[in-house]
Amino acid sequence: MFSKDEIIETIRMILVEHLNVRAVTLGINLLDCVSDDFDSMRDRVEEKISEVAGGFVEEAKAVEEKYGIPIVNKRIAVTPASALLGPAIVGIPEEGAIELAVELARAFDEGARRVGVDFIGGYGALVQKGFTRADSILLRSIPRALASTERVCSCVNIATTKAGINVDAARAMGKVILETAWATANRSGIGCCKLAAFANAPEDNPFMAGAYHGLGEPESVINVGISGPAVIRAAVEQSQGEDFRALAERIKRTAFKITRVGELVGREMAERLGVRFGIVDLSLAPTPEAGESIADIIEAMGIESCGAPGSTAALALLTDAVKKGGAMATSFVGGLSGAFIPVSEDAGMRDALRAGSLSLEKLEAMTSVCSVGLDMIAIPGDTPPETISAIIMDGMAIGVVNDKPIGVRLIPVPGKGAGDVVEFGGLFGSAIVMSVSRFSASKFIERGGHIPPSILSLRG
Amino acid sequence: MQTDRAVVTVMGRDRVGIVAGISGELAEANANILDLASTKMGDLFVMMILIDISGIKVSLAELKERLRRRGEGLGVQVMVQHEDVFRYMHRV
Repeated sequence: MFSKDEIIETIRMILVEHLNVRAVTLGINLLDCVSDDFDSMRDRVEEKISEVAGGFVEEAKAVEEKYGIPIVNKRIAVTPASALLGPAIVGIPEEGAIELAVELARAFDEGARRVGVDFIGGYGALVQKGFTRADSILLRSIPRALASTERVCSCVNIATTKAGINVDAARAMGKVILETAWATANRSGIGCCKLAAFANAPEDNPFMAGAYHGLGEPESVINVGISGPAVIRAAVEQSQGEDFRALAERIKRTAFKITRVGELVGREMAERLGVRFGIVDLSLAPTPEAGESIADIIEAMGIESCGAPGSTAALALLTDAVKKGGAMATSFVGGLSGAFIPVSEDAGMRDALRAGSLSLEKLEAMTSVCSVGLDMIAIPGDTPPETISAIIMDGMAIGVVNDKPIGVRLIPVPGKGAGDVVEFGGLFGSAIVMSVSRFSASKFIERGGHIPPSILSLRG
Repeated sequence: MQTDRAVVTVMGRDRVGIVAGISGELAEANANILDLASTKMGDLFVMMILIDISGIKVSLAELKERLRRRGEGLGVQVMVQHEDVFRYMHRV
């Protein structure tokens, strides 16, 4: 039997601190759907998603029931769409090919709808070294694809430590992001909530918008994203008066317990679906719910308002301690594995923004010690595309030089300026539009081409 | 190692009949009580029961629902969780 304290601790984490599994993501290989006949490829894609993921949501509910642990998001990640598109658009002129790409996005959306998942990731491309024709078509299709679907998420990897930064892709993404915002202008640019530019995008990331089923992955796989900002915050609050050594130890112990729950749920889900159990992503993921906030953890460490001096060090300690505790708790760590600081999804971040302690520049500094990057940041709708590209480039540089994954998810909100409040709804939360530097980087971006990989990539 | 045991946690204001009500429901479903402990957290009465679910006559979901309903009548909250969640969290 377990001790009373152990049982009460677990129950408290679930009932009071909202411990849950943030995401269980089923990765599905779609390469065997490829065909030079678009219609048969599209039909096969829809069929395969239904075949593999048919019982996914039901099984997830049974696992929730068995362990009394909520699984907040059930999602699907598929092979990057540009890898599917190539043969089907041979000889088809550009406009027609873009239309077919959008139709593929609709097939993803329909497949996800049929099996009852809220998001499907993988409508993207890996272009860190350059574009295939399918990549270019896919990038150009993103605004329309995200405007005409509900569940589809798009991730474009434009840089890696090994390949350097594809500046042409960063330049293109500036325009794609703005066009996506305008294509969904009637909903405050919500399309951009489902679009991220990445460096070193992991092939097994369970979190949106960056999830896709990498080419090195098995046929299908279960990846799990843990949660628990409120559990960690409670642990930090109990540490008042302790020094950093004790604080790190406390976070580590708590992270171990949270991760064990992810490991248990992932194993059980994989077994029930008869697929491989992939990884546990050790990222702490906030939600707009009260208490589920990374900013609150930073503040509980003794920072007056998130973004104040000390915040980067606090976040570094948090991320490292979570990784150390988590790494002991699961056999395979993967995905992004760092703390998420999505501004609109984190109520504490929004408060910090309102209080004036948090700026885009401070957020950029903080991304150098956590994995996710400049995430869910609303910016003025009239931000020039070159400025968006340059912000992306800064993020990519941090990822490449530190050899870590990083994403940039910016939402230019049409018709809104700095300080305005925007409501995206649901998991995306509400955002305060952040101010962006008025100084230009257009001549820098116009150079185009490729930033060579850092000397750090010359290993082996 | 897979086991067929679950932990029932009962929480609420102490009153007559909680132990009888919950254990009666368990007996009805043929769930054997392996261990039992209780404690107080402030005003709150907390009871933890380890049960064997290998021979239960209804599904685990149905047992949970019956306990939830019975708990409601007694003014207590009842949770039922497979013991693995505690084993994974607290044992290496």
